[in-house]
Amino acid sequence: MNFGVIAEYMPLYTEAFFLTIKIGWIGIAISFVLGIAVAFIMHFKIPVLSAISKAYIELFRNTPLLIQLFFLYFGLPKIGINISAEVCGALGLGLLGGSYMAETIRSGLDAVPKSQTESGKALGMKPLLIFKDIILPQAFATSVPGLLANIIFLLKETSVFSAISLMDLMFTAKDLIGLYYNTTECLVMLVIFYIIMLLPVSLIGSRVEKRVRYKMFGA
Amino acid sequence: MGEILTLKNVSKSFDDLVVLDNVDLSVNKGEVVVIIGPSGCGKSTLLRCINGLEDIQDGTISYEGDVGMVFQSYDLFPHKTILQNLTLAPVKVKKRNKAEVNKEALELLERVGLLSKKDNYPRQLSGGQKQRVAIVRALIMHPEVLLLDEITAALDPEMVREVLDVVLSLAKEGRTMIIVTHEMQFAKAVADRVVFIDGGSIVEEGTAKDIFENPRTDRLKRFLQTFSYEE
Repeated sequence: MNFGVIAEYMPLYTEAFFLTIKIGWIGIAISFVLGIAVAFIMHFKIPVLSAISKAYIELFRNTPLLIQLFFLYFGLPKIGINISAEVCGALGLGLLGGSYMAETIRSGLDAVPKSQTESGKALGMKPLLIFKDIILPQAFATSVPGLLANIIFLLKETSVFSAISLMDLMFTAKDLIGLYYNTTECLVMLVIFYIIMLLPVSLIGSRVEKRVRYKMFGA
Repeated sequence: MGEILTLKNVSKSFDDLVVLDNVDLSVNKGEVVVIIGPSGCGKSTLLRCINGLEDIQDGTISYEGDVGMVFQSYDLFPHKTILQNLTLAPVKVKKRNKAEVNKEALELLERVGLLSKKDNYPRQLSGGQKQRVAIVRALIMHPEVLLLDEITAALDPEMVREVLDVVLSLAKEGRTMIIVTHEMQFAKAVADRVVFIDGGSIVEEGTAKDIFENPRTDRLKRFLQTFSYEE
């Protein structure tokens, strides 16, 4: 292992690391908003929108992110929509993630007993208030493990961004290997940066999970 | 004392199954009506129709003010503290002043002996304690009529008393209540009027003395026999 090379590559990796994190988390934020909206529509079985949501979920869960990115990156300009690789990456990740988040949140919503809605109604609460103040927080607590798994999965999926020439971690590693053939150093650095990116999510996530679940269910 | 709640020809069915068949019932202000009857006779459905949790197919239900309800399984909100459980609806639905609602919540908790639990979560309370909180949660909405649906049915026997004592004290202060229960001794103690429902309609009604000591119909006699163990 040549530590001189590692030191030399460090700035490039660091830059790629922050770019990956930035686009990754923007994508995850999009997936959350999308996931909650779609889960809401499916939970309340809103006509038409429900069918559209179902189709969206099946389409995006059952196709690889790489192909979704190709469609966004190379397809959209053909119909006159030009977006940058960064926007494309975040959007692609958000759309893919939204389909996963929606299913996770929906299963959480369905797990909240119907009697919770009824006791809200008996207190004169309107459906939207019941959803926001009673159902969603409980659904969220049950969904935390699934949401966490989704977040980790999505952050790892960022590794295909290189295919649309985003200079993320994977792109940087491949690029450097291609140029200088320091394969071992480049791959070790890649692994370490991914761990630095994901380990805190894992650890903080487990703590959040324990806290929310303990508070509500005493487990 | 005028009528505060009136049901006229109320009918309710789930698909082909008729659950309530032409029920007429009126309740006066300050009256405590206890509804008894075999499982599946429509008692709970009647309460759920009154507060709009179930649609009715025929008839009318009219009442003054709000109707509050307490359920068999308490159904407190598990993610909120006891105090938050109580203040949520008054503040967000009735738009009342938060400090004032807090004060009232604490007074009511004190009254049912649970002031020390105000910052606990529901899971930290016993069944009887949860049910007392559920009663307070209904009371703080200032309902004109309080519906109690088998509120002791899910409790361990030693916790039944603490809940029923709260209900007895509410009856004493003149609250209008409709109570569905299987606790016959309690029914005798609390009821101004007892209504016996079987097969979705009111079969017999009268004072507790009438109903329990001089049942007129065979159906009521048979029902009451299931509660006695005399040889």
